[in-house]
Amino acid sequence: MNSPVYIMWLRQLKRYWRSKPRIVGSLAQPLLFLVALGFGFGPIFQKAGGGNYIEFLAPGIIAMSILFTAMFNGIEIIWDRQFGFLKETLVAPISRFKIMIGRTLGGATVALIQGFIVFILSIFVGFRPTNVPMILLSFVFMFLIAIIFTAFGTAIASRLSDMQGFQLIMNFIIMPLFFLSGALFPLDNLPSALSLVIKMNPLSYGVDGIRASLTGVTHLGILVDLSVMIVIALVITFIGSYLFSKMEI
Amino acid sequence: MEDVISVKNLVKKFGSFTAVDNISFTVKKGEIFSFLGPNGAGKTTTIKMLTTLLRPTSGEMRINGFSPVKQTDGARHSFGIVFQDPSLDDELTAYENMEFHAVLYGVKKELRAKRITSLLKLVELWNRRDEQVKTFSGGMKRRLEIARGLIHHPKILFLDEPTLGLDPQTRNFLWGYIKEMNKKEKMTVFLTTHYMEEADKISDKIAIIDKGKIMQIGTPDEIKKQTSSVSLEEAFLKLTGRNIREESAGSLDHLRMRRRLWGGGRR
Repeated sequence: MNSPVYIMWLRQLKRYWRSKPRIVGSLAQPLLFLVALGFGFGPIFQKAGGGNYIEFLAPGIIAMSILFTAMFNGIEIIWDRQFGFLKETLVAPISRFKIMIGRTLGGATVALIQGFIVFILSIFVGFRPTNVPMILLSFVFMFLIAIIFTAFGTAIASRLSDMQGFQLIMNFIIMPLFFLSGALFPLDNLPSALSLVIKMNPLSYGVDGIRASLTGVTHLGILVDLSVMIVIALVITFIGSYLFSKMEI
Repeated sequence: MEDVISVKNLVKKFGSFTAVDNISFTVKKGEIFSFLGPNGAGKTTTIKMLTTLLRPTSGEMRINGFSPVKQTDGARHSFGIVFQDPSLDDELTAYENMEFHAVLYGVKKELRAKRITSLLKLVELWNRRDEQVKTFSGGMKRRLEIARGLIHHPKILFLDEPTLGLDPQTRNFLWGYIKEMNKKEKMTVFLTTHYMEEADKISDKIAIIDKGKIMQIGTPDEIKKQTSSVSLEEAFLKLTGRNIREESAGSLDHLRMRRRLWGGGRR
């Protein structure tokens, strides 16, 4: 294979594979969430009639690890930009769309691998998927989350000139996306304002989709989840490519 | 000889600041053309416009017959570039950086390995081809970037301060090599530098630019004669004055510092 899209994809994977400390570091957080929250809130959740909390929580934490990795991979374009490598790709005779697609697919693949590892970890912590053939469908949702948020990160990053805004992104975008997605708590009987916000959050559909395919419990409906995610993935990739193509060095 | 680069009434404004102020010049095929000027004179901005990275506010440009604004693909195939700041991927090896570039420029698979091998041997990095670029010294990175810029056999090579911070040995090696490529392949070289003796020695033609305007253009001897100076450095100072230019620290400087703090001084 020698297409530009493929080589961009391969580069993201090589960079991921070579930064072992980053891999370990980015797995520590989901594991901590699984163990601390899973076992910490487990008894209360059970008493309240919610069933096994680990069972409920694991899909949310898988989604979280994908969200974080994908956003970081997208935003990483700021490094590329500031340290010159982006210039090298931007003066090359290929379309910006291809650069963006290759990079997004690469970042999304990395995020998917990360999600898969967390999935395995969660099994060790006690998570038991109820429907084994449906695991395949959960990968589709994982991949869609990965695509959406890598493209989203890229879109944001193409509007930023340096990492100064990174803390803002972390606190005002990534964290709210995660906490307001139904990753940690069930969506039944919520205050209507909160419920509305959650329904506007793309990650909610991803979390619900993974949960539906792995445990059979769904709040929004698996078909709704799937269609919403596909539409958002297409729209955000389009917006990301547009913003990226307008980027000047 | 035909003009391989032509620039007419080129202007670039950033808000109310005019970085490049109505400049015109031509570069002939096979020429070594130097763009000299103090910090902030508009050298890099001009190179960015010629290499399709920035859009001009107004004016005409042609590069190997293509417009960098409208015919970006044709223009991009025509040149190779070594940027002022390193533009390698630190996490990739020397060979991978070369291969990445070759694929982006559509160099055929059969040719790729052959060209990469010969170029890496030429810049004496063949033995280190499988090492990650982050282990390289500044001089080695520069050599690799020059080799990379040549993989697709460009008609024009842009060098933005290629010898900044390099030791005399490496500088000597680079200029020797560039001169040879220029002679053998009839490759046009467009460069900027702060080292006046180097510019004097290597250039066929020099343009001295200050505050976005071209102050003087000609062969090194012509410029010295016109300003009745003995050296190019003297001519340069006469044309651009002795005031030290201040450049505000951009976001890049801040980021470099942060990265040093985070990355344990990798760069």
